[in-house]
Amino acid sequence: MAGNAWRSTVSRVMGDIKTQSPQPRTFSRGIQTVTLIPGDGIGPEISTAVMKIFEAAKAPIQWEERNVTAIKGPGGRWMIPPEAKESMDKNKIGLKGPLKTPIAAGHPSMNLLLRKTFDLYANVRPCVSIEGYKTPYTDVDLVTIRENTEGEYSGIEHLIVDGVVQSIKLITEEASRRIAEYAFEYARNNQRASVTAVHKANIMRMSDGLFLRKCREVAENYKDVKFTEMYLDTVCLNMVQDPSQFDVLVMPNLYGDILSDLCAGLIGGLGVTPSGNIGANGVAIFESVHGTAPDIAGKDLANPTALLLSAVMMLRHIGLHGHANKIEMACFDTIREKKVLTKDLGGNSKCSEFTADICRRVQDMD
Amino acid sequence: MTSSQNVSETPPARADSTFKVTMVPGDGVGPELMTAVKEVFKAADVPVEFEEFHLSEVQNMASEEKLEEVLSSMKNNRVAIKGNILTCVMLLFDHKQYLQSYEAESSIKLDLFANVVHVNSLPGYSTRHNNLDLVIIREQTEGEYSSLEHESVSGVVACLKIITREKSRRIAKFAFDYATKKGRSKVTAVHKANIMKLGDGLFLQSCAEVAELYPKIKYESIIIDNCCMQLVQNPYQFDVLVMPNLYGNIIDNLAAGLVAEPVYRLRINCFEGARHPFAQAVGRNIANPTAMLLTASNMLRHLNLEYHSNMVSEAVKKVIKQGKVRTSDLGGYATSDEFTRAVISNLAI
Repeated sequence: MAGNAWRSTVSRVMGDIKTQSPQPRTFSRGIQTVTLIPGDGIGPEISTAVMKIFEAAKAPIQWEERNVTAIKGPGGRWMIPPEAKESMDKNKIGLKGPLKTPIAAGHPSMNLLLRKTFDLYANVRPCVSIEGYKTPYTDVDLVTIRENTEGEYSGIEHLIVDGVVQSIKLITEEASRRIAEYAFEYARNNQRASVTAVHKANIMRMSDGLFLRKCREVAENYKDVKFTEMYLDTVCLNMVQDPSQFDVLVMPNLYGDILSDLCAGLIGGLGVTPSGNIGANGVAIFESVHGTAPDIAGKDLANPTALLLSAVMMLRHIGLHGHANKIEMACFDTIREKKVLTKDLGGNSKCSEFTADICRRVQDMD
Repeated sequence: MTSSQNVSETPPARADSTFKVTMVPGDGVGPELMTAVKEVFKAADVPVEFEEFHLSEVQNMASEEKLEEVLSSMKNNRVAIKGNILTCVMLLFDHKQYLQSYEAESSIKLDLFANVVHVNSLPGYSTRHNNLDLVIIREQTEGEYSSLEHESVSGVVACLKIITREKSRRIAKFAFDYATKKGRSKVTAVHKANIMKLGDGLFLQSCAEVAELYPKIKYESIIIDNCCMQLVQNPYQFDVLVMPNLYGNIIDNLAAGLVAEPVYRLRINCFEGARHPFAQAVGRNIANPTAMLLTASNMLRHLNLEYHSNMVSEAVKKVIKQGKVRTSDLGGYATSDEFTRAVISNLAI
């Protein structure tokens, strides 16, 4: 049946993100403790929605809520609160809602701090067309893997003379090799056929050239996965004409930022796109990538789909496939039925109604 | 189809009223497409004489002297039409030789600071987003493509992106002037100033300052990643877009993909077409000359040859609309020659 085939494709894509280190387990009586960071704006309400759904699905997850507002540590450096860090280090798995990026608060964005603290070097965004939420692009099934620690976002800028600014893009052998290895491991563990390196080495010959060279080297060790290279502009051109030709894409920071958002747009926007960040010591933080939507915060209008799908990605990472499939199926069924959709999905219902519908479906499945 | 141009002053009319234009066919299907242009121009009796140069990084027909020859011809004639000069990827690791592609070098040496791509849906050929009418203006002499790279420590490469107030103001002013001249209502600046606070921040500030001088044109700004997402979800919210080099490269291609199947789209950067050499089509007579012909038509308009410009573009549009003669990229079976002949037969002489 088409529905089942499609669902298994989706499950396959949003599958395990295995790292080379053994799966972290903080099980006590079979329950995984997860650090939950509700975030700002609509963060708290969508986190509550996810917790409710998990409860209805009887998922063996225990939530440890933490706040990550930046504080100034000893030595004057900004850092995340020690309780939050301890919790993440212990649990290794986190789920995060949207965080506000203050414009002139004096401290760097929280997302940046989290990234630096846990060395979250890979950002993984699987983009699969959602049946029931129609966009002009119906056959998207790809994964963008973005290097998240260096590149154009190193934050190193100088004012040379008045009116002339220089921003530095840094590419290192180490980071390029690491992200390439992750991409191939991911492809292998999730039965993906090919990995495509996206670059602009014809213009930035040394920097993107280094990135490309590392990808080529790593590809040698993964002969079972096909490796191709494509210029960034060609990818953009082809992506909007025929996205089905792409499988796993790996790229440096800026291109990854742009392409992952582009792909999210193909399937319906940030409100329905899951995302995971993989760190160096087995740490993995899954998050919704949309904004805090301050205009609808507290009004029970938010759409929890993105956070829910990220939580499903998290369940698969931990190995709880049964619960992951159940919750995901319930979510997609609700969207397909179109009876209780939130405003951004084209409906008129409240967040609580949407959540309740999913809970009901999950319970009915048992 | 997308068409683009770089604006400079109109070259002086000559005594025998024939314009001299530099032609650089480039690699891939470039030569075949240029033949199409020459044939159509001959049939339409267009008063243009082409000065041809064969410049290619991959075919060993390139050298510093050759490039200088081409550039001085372009400087004399003021107008040129070119295909894409493939950048040889093998030179990647031999970076001691040249760090800059011929494309980038010619842009900078000729100070072709603005690249304008007009994205227009073709009537008679429908895609996922129809009736699009966007203009993308890209600064192309600085930014990420300044080719300033160095390896300070082994295994660590730094690439410099330069943004200056002067060039940002210049491209912003160009964008607003263009919008005013063409009766467009809104200019949107595309940036990543939330991350590159100084660099893109300066670009954004320059745009905002220039915007104040044009109170009749609406000014907005949008972050690049959101812009890409919006383009695939709702491209109709945009009118004229202005941005630095790299984002321009991305958005150009994205927008081109929105309106047409063909794997290349045209730009008139000193009137150039076929950015991608379309290697598989070489010699097989299947490339679609539409883009190059529309490029040539735009070039004629720039030379104030309105009559001939319209004649060529009308003929091309007619053939596409009729739908009988279509090349394979648009879903048909015609050869490039057949398409060219169809255009010639539709010229309203």
